[in-house]
Amino acid sequence: MIGLTHYLVVAAILFTMGVLGIFLNRKNLIVILMAIELILLAVNLNLVAFSAYLHDLVGQIFAMFVLTVAAGEAAIGLAILVIYFRGRGTIAVDDVNRMKG
Amino acid sequence: MDYAANLAMTLPEVILGVGAIVLMLVSAWGGSASTRAVSWTAVAVLAGACLALLGPASYGGSAFDGLYRADAFAAFAKVLIFIASGVAILLAPDFFQRTTGDDLRPEYPVLILLSAAGMGMMVSASDLLTLYVGLELQSLAAYVLASFMRRDTRSAEAGLKYFVLGALASGILLYGISLVYGFSGTTLFGGIAAAYAAPHSLGLLFGLVFVFAGLAFKLAAVPFHMWTPDVYEGAPTPVTAFFASAPKVAAMGLAVRVAVEAMGPATDQWRQIVIFAALASIVLGAVAAIGQTNIKRLLAYSSINNVGFALVGLAAGTPEGVSGVLIYMTIYIAMTLGSFLIVLQMRDDDGQPIENIAALSGMSRTRPGLAAALAIFMFSLAGIPPLFGFYAKFAVFDAAVRAGLFPLAAVGIAASTIGAYYYLRVVKTMYFDDPAPAFPKGNSPVEGGLIVLTAAFVSPLGYLAIPLLGGWTMTAARALFPAI
Repeated sequence: MIGLTHYLVVAAILFTMGVLGIFLNRKNLIVILMAIELILLAVNLNLVAFSAYLHDLVGQIFAMFVLTVAAGEAAIGLAILVIYFRGRGTIAVDDVNRMKG
Repeated sequence: MDYAANLAMTLPEVILGVGAIVLMLVSAWGGSASTRAVSWTAVAVLAGACLALLGPASYGGSAFDGLYRADAFAAFAKVLIFIASGVAILLAPDFFQRTTGDDLRPEYPVLILLSAAGMGMMVSASDLLTLYVGLELQSLAAYVLASFMRRDTRSAEAGLKYFVLGALASGILLYGISLVYGFSGTTLFGGIAAAYAAPHSLGLLFGLVFVFAGLAFKLAAVPFHMWTPDVYEGAPTPVTAFFASAPKVAAMGLAVRVAVEAMGPATDQWRQIVIFAALASIVLGAVAAIGQTNIKRLLAYSSINNVGFALVGLAAGTPEGVSGVLIYMTIYIAMTLGSFLIVLQMRDDDGQPIENIAALSGMSRTRPGLAAALAIFMFSLAGIPPLFGFYAKFAVFDAAVRAGLFPLAAVGIAASTIGAYYYLRVVKTMYFDDPAPAFPKGNSPVEGGLIVLTAAFVSPLGYLAIPLLGGWTMTAARALFPAI
């Protein structure tokens, strides 16, 4: 029987992978966008699992809002990535270093 | 309660939302030629939203079944937010004209209006869902604003960094929200407070830690501050002035409301986090600023330092502490907007911005008025007594001492002397170094007027405002503590 704990553990693993993906990834900015999506999906899994466990709809409504905002966030992130690429000609993480100090 | 009464309580956000949509259409039709008209209309919309606070928006109580709260606390924070947003709109057209040679695109004021609507929702949120949507509305508009100078690689990089770390912050906050929801069974602040008051599981404490980590990101409090200097340096100066003022007030208002209204029964738990963030921000903000040569980076560290002082008031967790936070934020936005107005005056004969602190050398001889104004802001940020910045620090430390937090107050005051070093270094550069080439005279009456206004407010004249400010912030703070 798969219970609440299983869902929470999977979500926690996904969340950790997402956060590590942002900090450990040294290659490509697109991968960072994917890691952000992974974090949001982990949260959604949490919300839906809790919603089913508590027999309370709020969690599922919240998940819908998160999905919508995540779509907007991805659109803005990609737009910023495009103007960045136009200016610099690269999207390697190590090259994002114009400002230091 | 009928729908119209609910809408009347959310009138400021309704005005901002409708205004933003209409102005978006106008700017789509009018193009860059309409920028100045759209900007002034946007300022009028913000003024209208301020006026709407005279109605039920400042005392109505709970709206939309507890999702939204219209009280004196929210009203006070919204006045600050709308004023700072208006200033950010007024500063922009001349700056972009000078720097890029092109007209500013009219989306700029529209984005600020959307961001202001999001910030209004943040300080009025009494449900985790409202909190999240308001925060994202503010953040998404801010990411675009940071990279608004599209052809400048530094601006694009600032936008990119702000986006990645802001999205990470939202993710951490959301994870905390999901845990709080799961272990308390509700997203309403009142219900969450009841869950914290009862014997609760470890899950709720994990939720609390994640929520505060996410909020610390948005506040730029140490240890989640690393994006601030880069974003402040890369973003166009009017946008930096906006980031340093309005969103800080909104994030602080949100943090205070979450801490007091939703997690009030867990004060002993979050107080440790807030005390750590406050001390770390004060010390790191002061120490890391010492080596900076770029004035915008210096002001970024100064903003980290100031957030630390404001958090000292929150750590007290009393009505006096919350009132101190509001007083601090009021004086802080006057000081920081004033400083950035001076940074806007730093430019060469071609109108290109200069950000090097060394360029301020000898400004007391070439531009005495400007030098005096910047000296007032720097002394005030350092908290040196005759100026109003001293009263801001006094209010938060007084609250901390009354709450029995003596070590926090002692370390905070000691660290503020480290901060004084780099503020005074700027004054020394202006008054005692050999003159650098003079900045060309500005011809903008708006910028000049705002410099005089902010300088007058942080000068000793500001003390005349204390009875009014003290009374208003106390009313605002008591709105969060219904029992007292």
